[in-house]
Amino acid sequence: MAGSGTAHLRPADEVLLQVNDLVVEFPAGRGQSVKAVSGISFDVARGETLGLVGESGCGKSTTGKAILQLPRPTGGSVILDGEDLAGLDHEEMRTRRTRLQMIFQDPISSLNPRRMVGEVVAEPLNVWGPKNKDEQWNIVARILDKVGIDPGPARYKRPHEFSGGQCQRISIARALVTGPELIICDEPVSALDVSIQAQILNLLEDLKVEYGLTLVFIAHDLAVVKNISDRVAVMYLGKMCEISEADELYANPAHPYTELLLGSSPVPDPSVNIEDIRVIEGELPSPLAPPSGCRFRTRCPFADEQCAAEEPQMRRVGEDHFVACHHPLIEPWTDGVVAEAAVRIAPTPDTDAPTV
Amino acid sequence: MDNEIRVGRSPARHIDDGQSLLVVDDLKTHFAVAAGSVRAVDGVSFSLARGRTLGVVGESGSGKTVLSRSIMGLSTTSNATTTGSVRYAGDEMIGKSSKQKKALWGTEMAMVFQDPMTSLNPVVTIGRQLTEHVRYHLDMGRKEANEVAIALLKSVNIPEAEKRLDNYPHQMSGGMRQRVCIAIALACGPRMLFADEPTTALDVTVQHQILNLLAEQQRDRAMAMILVTHDLGVVAGRTDEIMVMYAGRVVEKAPTADLFAHLRHPYTQGLLWSIPKITQPKHTRLNAIPGRPPNLIQPPPGCKFSPRCAYAQDICRTEEPQLRSIDSPDHVFACHFPVGTPEGEAAFQANIAAEFPPALAAVGKLRASEAVAG
Repeated sequence: MAGSGTAHLRPADEVLLQVNDLVVEFPAGRGQSVKAVSGISFDVARGETLGLVGESGCGKSTTGKAILQLPRPTGGSVILDGEDLAGLDHEEMRTRRTRLQMIFQDPISSLNPRRMVGEVVAEPLNVWGPKNKDEQWNIVARILDKVGIDPGPARYKRPHEFSGGQCQRISIARALVTGPELIICDEPVSALDVSIQAQILNLLEDLKVEYGLTLVFIAHDLAVVKNISDRVAVMYLGKMCEISEADELYANPAHPYTELLLGSSPVPDPSVNIEDIRVIEGELPSPLAPPSGCRFRTRCPFADEQCAAEEPQMRRVGEDHFVACHHPLIEPWTDGVVAEAAVRIAPTPDTDAPTV
Repeated sequence: MDNEIRVGRSPARHIDDGQSLLVVDDLKTHFAVAAGSVRAVDGVSFSLARGRTLGVVGESGSGKTVLSRSIMGLSTTSNATTTGSVRYAGDEMIGKSSKQKKALWGTEMAMVFQDPMTSLNPVVTIGRQLTEHVRYHLDMGRKEANEVAIALLKSVNIPEAEKRLDNYPHQMSGGMRQRVCIAIALACGPRMLFADEPTTALDVTVQHQILNLLAEQQRDRAMAMILVTHDLGVVAGRTDEIMVMYAGRVVEKAPTADLFAHLRHPYTQGLLWSIPKITQPKHTRLNAIPGRPPNLIQPPPGCKFSPRCAYAQDICRTEEPQLRSIDSPDHVFACHFPVGTPEGEAAFQANIAAEFPPALAAVGKLRASEAVAG
């Protein structure tokens, strides 16, 4: 991977969020910098869920936070509904925050342990909503009920009196209370048991329909991402490898990294022979000095000189399927001609991906 | 060799036949707290043969971690009481003094913990942490122990092992640290390895590497292993038998292939259905188990899973089911209305007709906001 390019972007009027050439770097002393995100571009249509997957350190959480301007990206633009958030000053950005909310990974540490649940969820309203406590409570109680927390008993309890799954429901309520359009979910289920994880995923799907939400869902678990996403973007070391409609990505991974990642995912089926699965060797290179050309080349089974010399650009390999690789696993899509690989793909009736 | 692991409630069934390395019988670990007694492990029995792998699966709070610690004798808090019997190679573990246990830890049984960030000492070099117990148990000199440490690091696929000895844990990645933890556990050649959620804190790619490493080491050293996890996907291809725990008890235990092919307990089914699968199309509704694990101080009467169970009938709420088997004696489960039997199917259909919430959840018809009750 390791690619740049914008071939996969859709026309600006079809999307709610467009991220262009986003760069986030953190100073690391001695003139060095950690290149957390190095020029990625993607867009999210209204009502769509975009999944961002990759290993720890690939920059997926940093991307999510950079959308919210926490911290402000080093370069690039984040365009929400036609307005570049990166160009706004602090005060203007504050007023946009009601439209963008975030849900964090650890539900327990993301709630203030010393405050009561009723206050935690009402906090955003103190800034942006009605100031009258009764009015606030009406809104909070309605939202708590929607996320499956009984509002009456919960109001005067503190977060430690709830389980991890319940705390995550409370976090979701807090994110919803200002009526946002876009919610960034940063690994919201990875700290939870499978049974509770399923409850939260179902809840997010229900709420998305009910409130017409657009989600950016960040996770390292490929099966979880597929379950909730319409489109999935695979990241590696600060770059975008592949972006595609979800079912298509899993059926026909085009990037060698995506294929290896899919193989690593544990399958609850004893008949799958683990010995046959190809494993990614080695570890993520340092983001202080990422490899030249394609950043995945140091671990890629197909890497050659071209990969070291030249960074691959995003190109189209399917209807709504783009990959940044010099040696993609499926044939590139040629204009008007249906590529060989594309024929194998069963059309999915519920695809809401626009045809470009 | 097919029935190395047996489970039951009756002590008489657990005779050490010489095949079993570990025989656990009616093991109970209770913690005394102000509100009463937390029954974290409440009567678990099984046996494990040399060189075999047992997967222990359950949600947080099902008692799986306390079980493995109780077997090793690591439940050190003063409010814990462990009763029952744990026989390791014919030798009773319960009631051993710490000095006696210390002689076994590392040399006979060892543990790999969940979090490689906190299970290593941050201010001591990897080399010292690796050689500490080698020198203690095997009475080696510093130089000889260092050579052993280098060989160990190489065996767990750590590149440039010689240079790594002087590193501190913070200089290594999570996956590398877990490899070091495995090397430490293997250092004195134990015959029994406990791996307590060894990959939960790691990425999928690293998880795969670490699980392969554990399997490889286990095969080469003919160790018995207990792999504790909450993820049925992790144990599916890597264990000989699986034991599913709920609220401190074994609810189902079977050879791995048999468990996945003919699972009997509704809880096992619920766990399996809750996992999103890569083969499912996007936006597949997950059949989540509603509610959450019970309070272990005052567990519900009857079957402890009944408030969340899609198959539960009146008898389940009053009478606790005992472990039994239908077709194969190796496959035991504790349920009045097992999955895949006519009575189980009838109970499930009756619950759907009665709009019992857990049954609706099991067929994906319960709204997620209602799934907390239970």
